[in-house]
Parts: sequence; structure tokens; C-alpha cells
Amino acid sequence: MSENTNPKVGLFVTCLVDLFRPNVGFSAVELLEAAGCDVHVPRAQTCCGQPAYNSGDKADTKEIAKQVLDAFEDYDYVVAPSGSCAAMIKKHYPEVFEDDPAMLSRMKALSDKTFELVSFLTDVMFITQTPGEFAGSVTYHDSCSGLRELGVKEQPRKLLKNSGVDVREMKDSEVCCGFGGTFCVKYSDISNAMVSKKTQSIDDTGADMLVAGDMGCLMNMAGKLKRQGSKTEVRHVAEVLAGKLDTKPISGS
Amino acid sequence: MELTSHNLKSNAKDALGNEQLQKALGNVPKGFIDKRAKAAAALDEFEALRDKGREIKDHTLANLDLYLEAYEQKVIENGGHVHWAKTAEDARRIALEICQKHDAKTVTKGKSMITEEVELNEHLLENGIEPVETDLGEYIIQLRNEKPSHIIAPAIHLNQGQIEDDFRRVHTHLDEDRDMSEPETLLAEAREVLRKRYFEADIGFTGANFLVAETGSSVIVTNEGNGDLTQTLGKVHVVMASIEKVVPTLADCSQILRILARSATGQDMSVYTTFSTGPKREKDPDGPKEYHVILLDNGRSDMLGTEFEEMLRCIRCGACINHCPVYHSIGGHAYGSIYPGPMGSVLTPSLAGVDKAGTLPNASTFCGRCESVCPMRIPLPKMMRHWREKEFEQHLQPKAARYGLAFWAYLAKRPKLYRALVSFAMPALSVLGGTNKRISSLPLASGWTKHRELPAPEGRTFMQAWDQREALKQEAN
Repeated sequence: MSENTNPKVGLFVTCLVDLFRPNVGFSAVELLEAAGCDVHVPRAQTCCGQPAYNSGDKADTKEIAKQVLDAFEDYDYVVAPSGSCAAMIKKHYPEVFEDDPAMLSRMKALSDKTFELVSFLTDVMFITQTPGEFAGSVTYHDSCSGLRELGVKEQPRKLLKNSGVDVREMKDSEVCCGFGGTFCVKYSDISNAMVSKKTQSIDDTGADMLVAGDMGCLMNMAGKLKRQGSKTEVRHVAEVLAGKLDTKPISGS
Repeated sequence: MELTSHNLKSNAKDALGNEQLQKALGNVPKGFIDKRAKAAAALDEFEALRDKGREIKDHTLANLDLYLEAYEQKVIENGGHVHWAKTAEDARRIALEICQKHDAKTVTKGKSMITEEVELNEHLLENGIEPVETDLGEYIIQLRNEKPSHIIAPAIHLNQGQIEDDFRRVHTHLDEDRDMSEPETLLAEAREVLRKRYFEADIGFTGANFLVAETGSSVIVTNEGNGDLTQTLGKVHVVMASIEKVVPTLADCSQILRILARSATGQDMSVYTTFSTGPKREKDPDGPKEYHVILLDNGRSDMLGTEFEEMLRCIRCGACINHCPVYHSIGGHAYGSIYPGPMGSVLTPSLAGVDKAGTLPNASTFCGRCESVCPMRIPLPKMMRHWREKEFEQHLQPKAARYGLAFWAYLAKRPKLYRALVSFAMPALSVLGGTNKRISSLPLASGWTKHRELPAPEGRTFMQAWDQREALKQEAN
């Protein structure tokens, strides 16, 4: 912990937030600052390396992981507005360096202080109230990595409810939306079948808005909803919790 | 093992367009998921039993040679015979020799994935011996000349109407106008037809869910009792099982039995759990005169000591398949292997080679639902990733994918260059999205835009905007 009592947080922006949805990054900053964190954004970050890791490219995965380590290991915490990228750092970086004891201990230390945004707010900072207020109805999709690798399930729902949101559960909220990184383009027909079931479940709730904690899943579901002409707004959960709803939603009116 | 895994994409496309199949696939999540969840929740020690199961199997695999030899010795002591089959071909040859020795004309078969793996039926037929599948699902797909589409529910890709049509086509000795509207009537008809076949058969083949080293027993679990009739009514009982089925003791077997059916169908136990320990003894009222066990390796011993060893813990419950959203979409046949779904995507490349089955471990979103329900806690996504690593090392992935990845990795490792490029590209892409912020088609992104819009980026990247915010802050100071 730094001398300043406010924990120093390195924000791992994630490539998709950086490239497609900066508003999520600023929402994350706002939420973290409101929770009393001193937020920093290291320059030397690009991506967590999942595309390489999940394509079997271990050498590039290692190099990218080292790059992330160098950029982030001096912070008290590393926080990402994504369950999938946070799980990559927290769960998979140590696996990648299993055979390299020196690196492994550094990776484990990094792992210990890395968190997905919403669970960091609730489980580490003990936040129960966030700046945003939203009086509409929302349905929450559980992104696979956040749910199964990091145990993110009740935390976003609690914070959403505390913000005045009417949370409406969809059928099979825990079933994959069919994104899966490169899967969605390599096996686009299968992915389409999966996301079509998902958008049906979303529609069935009648909720005004779909939210989730991962941009990959959100872009997949938003892309399908848009193609289907749906009016359902799609946003990252951080945008709702931070109340940064001025930016046009990822999909919907 | 005949494979069409390399055609996964086109197989999947056909499957997605097949209305009958899509209707039948709706039964998979309905039939299995809630039942498993309830069964698991109702047993306080369920999670502890998963740990125990993993421990038993890991211990056995670490000492596999010892337990297999102990098992063999017990079988021989009990008056049985053990045959070691290194390959599928060996297993087929040994099976045929036993059949020929007894001049067998027909053999009955309990449900067995290993006999599917070695394609025993085809081999017997080629040699003039008629195999009769006695598990209802296997019986149905045998009538249709199909492969199983699921390891515990081989005919789950079919609807009742299709089965009715098959029965009318094949059971021509029965009244044409008979009522077959209820599933029970179909079951009764199959039972009636099969009953005769049990008595005709010279030999009964079964698989094994467990081989118990302590006693030399083979264990099968069924819900129809067909396995019991198969193995007791023939003159000879032949068990064909793979080597990793061995467990040290009866106590180990019963520990794992407690999670097997719960994970598979949500039953506390299967209706029948049958232990066979050798041939009929002098005072036994019935049972086979001869008892043979064919132990199949077929690539499994090569998995020991590798990153794929944990796959040998698999007890074939099918939970990973039942929970797989990819399987729910395309069904089992699309995988082009008799082992579909997540377990198949790990096992098939191990048995057939990653060059032939490398598409399978790629056809996963790594959603992790399989691992979360696997009673033996097999890290299936991790092992699928290991297969992708093998593919990558051997340059087996398509060129476009490899070059694309290499280009992306080159940039991702150079933050300054990456930054310069995306600071230019993303605003441009944003403009392309127009006021509706959507991109309906984009070169090199057809895999995405074929089925969905690409939500356009906001404009500047987060880093660009952040830099500006920081600069303004500094000015203000």
C-alpha cells in the first residue's frame, strides 16, 4: 500500500474499451475515484494478450504478459473493466510462467492485486453506492470469464439495484453469448446461433437496457440486436453505475 | 475411428439449417441441466466427492501399470481371460477371434463407446457376424446406420416421429396400423423385438464404466437393464474397455458412482449398476461360460505424463456435452467424431492426431461451463488451449489466421507504434459508422458482419482522450 491512504490503482483499460468505447474507461475512472482510489493509466498498455494465448501462441503471450507486468506491478491494485481481461492477468498469467520460478512469483504478486472493476468496488473497496442513478429496467448478462473464473455474479446486480435500477433476470443469463474472441469470426454461424438465443432471452425480459461487464460480449450482443432492429439499449455496467449515459449507447436508441 | 472433424464448419452449417435436428436439440438442455443441478444441490458432499473422484483417478493414473496388472491377475483368478489391445485394429481382431472360436452368428451388445471407437460393428458385419445393439438409443441409430450423437444419449438428435418411421420400416412383421403415438409404445415394441434377439445371441458384448483391480470386476451402469441380459444370456461375455477405466477398489468405484449418474442424468444412481466378476461358477444358476476382457489402449498410454493426462480421468457422464452451448447449437454429429462436445474436443485429437482433429479444440468459446460441471474436475478449456498450442507450433492453423495473429502480436508488443496506428484508425472507423454508429460490412471482417453489425467506435481512443484530460489538468495547475 502506498503512503497515501488512497490506494494507487493502475487502470487496465482493455483494448476494446480503448478502441471502441472510451466512455467505459472514463466511467471506470469515475467509479474508482468516487471509491477513493488514486487512478493511473500506464501508457505502455495495449492488450492483455488473450488473442495470442487462445490461439496457442505462447511466446507472444509471454512477451505481452511481461509488458503488462512491467507497466503495472508498482501499483497497489490493477483494475480492468472486463472479467475476461482481469481473469487473463489473474488466472492465466501465472499459468503461462509455470516453468519460470522468478517470473512466476512476480506474476503471482500481480495476480493477487488484479481485479475486475465491479468486484473490486464491492469486494475490496466495500462500496455499496455508486454515483449513477438510473430509473429504468436492465437485464444483466453474466460474461463467462467474470462469472466462472472470478466469481462475478451478485456484485453488479447489487450495485445496480442500489442505483435504483429494476434488474430483470433473463433466461440463461449464465450461458455464453457466442463471442469467444476469435471464435465469433472463425465459427460465425455457430456464434450466430448462440447470440440469437441470447438476444431472444434479452427481448423476452422487456428490459430497457442490456448491460454486462465485458466489451467483447457487449459488442457481440449489441451487433446482433442492431442487425435485428432492436431498440434495447446496450451499455457496459460501468457506464450505468457511473451515470455516464450521455454517450450514445453501443446499440439501441 | 472415422473422422469428419475437418468439416466442422460445413457440418455445423448443415446442422444449423436442419429443422428436425434443431427441434431435437432443444431436449438437451431441458433434459439434463436442471436435473443435474438439483441432484448436485441435494447432496451435501457433492463437491467433496468431485475432489475425491479426481484424487482416486489421479492416483490410479500415476500407478496405472500396477493397477492394470493387479486387475488382470484377479480376472484370471476368477476364471476369465484378459486380452491387451494396443490399437483399435488389435481390439477388433481379438473380438472377432473370440466370436469365430465360438462360431457366433449373432452377438448382442450393451451400450459401449469403446466398441464405437474401434468400429466393432462394421468389422463383425464384414465377417458375417450380426451385431445387435440392445440399448434403445443404440438400437435406433443402428437401424438408421448412424453414429451416436451423444455419449450417453446416442439418439438424442432424433424426434419421436423419426423413430416411429424407422420402426415401421424395419419391424415389418408387426401390424401396419398399430398405434405408435406414445414414446412408451415405441419402447415396448423395441423391447419385444430385442427380447428374442437376446436368446438367439451366442455372445454378449458390453463396455465397462469401471474395472475394479481389487476384485477383477467390470462394472456397467444402465437404465434399461439391457446390459444385464446381454452379459448373462450369451454363452460368452466379452467386455471391451479402455485402460483408464480401472480403479483400485470397490470403495473407490462406489465413491465415483455417487457422482456419475448425478452428473449425467441427475439420477442418484442409474437404475442398474451391474458388477461382473468372471464366468458362471459351478453353483451359479446362470451366467456366461466364458468371460473375456479386451483392454484397449489406442493412444491413451501416450497421454500419460503429458498435458493431456487429466483427460484420462473422464468417466463419460456427458455433463460437459449437456452444458455446452456449442453442442446445443450443432449437435453431436457435426463434430465428426463419436466423442462430441468438450470432452471429444480434447480426446479426439489425442486419439486421432491434432492434424486430423485440430478444428475441434478451436470450436469453443472457452466459456468454461463444461469444466464447472465436470465431476472429475477436468480442465477442459485449458486442454483445448493446449491443443491450439500444438497446432500453432506445427503451423496447422490457416495462413490468414496465422498472419493476422502475427501482425496483431507485432503491434501489441510495441505500445508506441500501436498507439500511433490506432489513434489514426479508430476515428476513421468511427466516421465510417456514420450517425447510426453501425458498420454493416467491412473488408476482412465478414466473419463478424455476416450476422451482426459492428458497433462503430466512439471516435478518439480512450488513451487520446485521457491524454487530453491529463494535459488540461496540468494546464489548470
